[in-house]
Amino acid sequence: MSMDRRKFLKIAGLSALVGLGGSEAFELLQPGALEASEGHEVEGGAKKAHEEGPYAGDKIRWGIAIDIIKLGENPAMAKKIITTCHYEHNVPNWGNPKDEVKWIWEDDYEHSFPDSYNDLMAEKVEGMPFLLLCNHCDRPPCVRVCPTKATFRRPDGVVAMDYHRCIGCRFCMAACPYGSRSFNWLDPRIALKREGRKLNPRFPTRMRGVVEKCNLCVERLDAGKLPACVEVAPDIMIFGNLVDADSPVRKVLRERVSMRRKIQLGSKPSVFYLV
Amino acid sequence: MLENALQGSNRYWGWIFFLLTLIGIGFICYLYQLRHGLGITGMSRDVSWGVYIAQFTYLVGVAAGAVMLVIPKYLHHYNPYAKVVIFGEFLAIAAVIMCLLFIIIDIGQPMRMMNMILHPTPNSILFWDMIVLNGYLAINIICGWNSLLAEKKGVPTPGWVKPFIFLSIPWAFSIHTVTAFLYAGLPSRHLWLTAIMAPRFLASAFAAGPALLLLVLLLMRKLKIFDPGPRPIQTIAITVCYAMIANVFFMLLEFFTSYYSNIPAHMHGLDYLFFGLQGYGQLVPWMWTAAVCGAGGILLLLIPPARRNYLILTFACAAIVLSTWIDKGVGLVIGGFVPNPFDRVTPYHPTLPEIAIAVGVWAVGAFILTVLYKMALGVRTERRLI
Repeated sequence: MSMDRRKFLKIAGLSALVGLGGSEAFELLQPGALEASEGHEVEGGAKKAHEEGPYAGDKIRWGIAIDIIKLGENPAMAKKIITTCHYEHNVPNWGNPKDEVKWIWEDDYEHSFPDSYNDLMAEKVEGMPFLLLCNHCDRPPCVRVCPTKATFRRPDGVVAMDYHRCIGCRFCMAACPYGSRSFNWLDPRIALKREGRKLNPRFPTRMRGVVEKCNLCVERLDAGKLPACVEVAPDIMIFGNLVDADSPVRKVLRERVSMRRKIQLGSKPSVFYLV
Repeated sequence: MLENALQGSNRYWGWIFFLLTLIGIGFICYLYQLRHGLGITGMSRDVSWGVYIAQFTYLVGVAAGAVMLVIPKYLHHYNPYAKVVIFGEFLAIAAVIMCLLFIIIDIGQPMRMMNMILHPTPNSILFWDMIVLNGYLAINIICGWNSLLAEKKGVPTPGWVKPFIFLSIPWAFSIHTVTAFLYAGLPSRHLWLTAIMAPRFLASAFAAGPALLLLVLLLMRKLKIFDPGPRPIQTIAITVCYAMIANVFFMLLEFFTSYYSNIPAHMHGLDYLFFGLQGYGQLVPWMWTAAVCGAGGILLLLIPPARRNYLILTFACAAIVLSTWIDKGVGLVIGGFVPNPFDRVTPYHPTLPEIAIAVGVWAVGAFILTVLYKMALGVRTERRLI
């Protein structure tokens, strides 16, 4: 079989891009560049690109880009986002780190990116609040280890949980490199009751003995709504379809420098941090 | 054969009731855990496996260790093991049952346990661990029971059992390899992410299992219940010694790779265990105790006159059991969770009910072992073999 010039260029160009992207802690995503170079060779280049790009074959691949600069300018928003999410999903507040359950929370740069921490970091970055949540990885280690398929990856890329199938072995918690998963050590309804909080009737409370985490608001996505965190802070949490080159998230990723947590592990997170 | 376990001296019944008391206390604590959830343990979001899974890991090793008697006896026809090999098989049965119990008490929704079978997931190592552990239990029950039955009837072990005995050899390796894979394939848990996890587990298992067995044999000899004779005792002691040397060697390899490469993430787990990290050194005294016991045990077993002195031999075996237990039953699991994915240290302190439940499971194992050994000894007394 012979390889024509066009095919050779495509493969060579893609390999070079993938090679560059994989080895950097600071990831410079330039999907625009990929499409431009393809455009010379292929008719309708932009469409063609994602058939072979990072999300090849997918129609929908949800992702979030979190604007850390904007969040830093308005740090009160972090708490608002967290509260909105936790109220939306009836996530209990135990008030102690041992029983803690959380879906989205705040941490500093040093602990969010412990393996790419720089001692001589710009002060601005040092004090910036980072919002941490499930990364909805393309190759999720938690899904790989789950013995009952209680955690699974949906075709749209959301890593979801079936609370009724989970046996509570916590293998997924050991496997997740991002500490995104929480276990209901005690009955979460006790804490919710103690708080005297008004429950959200549209989302079930969990029982003790199962693992939970951010579900990217699948219940809202399936109803055609945006995730709760995006709805409350649309200029900080930029949401969209990573496959679609014209989606808001792809646009902002084209324009801004972004980072992802622990990309050297190959789990391919779909949560990006704009810095 | 079971009738042999229903008659015994006051000492025997005293021991049985002591174990039943421990089992009862553990069971009550387990009911408390079932009612309130795993929140009654010291585990947390950061250290999400604790004493239970650590004991499970150690006991898989003890179960696999029985193969160190099966190989010489059945592959090399080493006859001094003829009378002790059944004790190894029975130890494996008790150990595997403890393993399964430790898994059951560790899961948050034990009533959904069958989901593992209803929704089989071959990409999960836990699925394979379930298969190999239950398989090993079945194989050892088949082999142990039929060998004993044959002994009772005064006939050789039936031919159809032989393939199971041979199968038990690779199967023993498989249980501990698969258990090592539970840990060794997880990204970002640097203490566990090592290709020599399985060989390390096997080496430690082949030291810990036979050492524990030797302690039981020496105890039976002391209590004048059963005397295995000097040859099997010395051979088992030598096996323990070489396996432990391999285990320590593998551990030193881990130290070399971590510290010579100087990669912080690779050093942090060992730092936490042996030197303390970010001001937390909860396990440092434990780990150095394990190091001293391991080295001391090897030294005593290496010197032939020391090894032949049963008092020193008892000390050496106890030191090695303690050393391997701390290494796998305390340090390995907890150390893997420290530091957490955010490079922070969360200490873990098991609670009293958690310890009582774990002791209860150990007591179940000791109970099963006692009953099985009593049966075996009863058969031999009947046949005037001892």
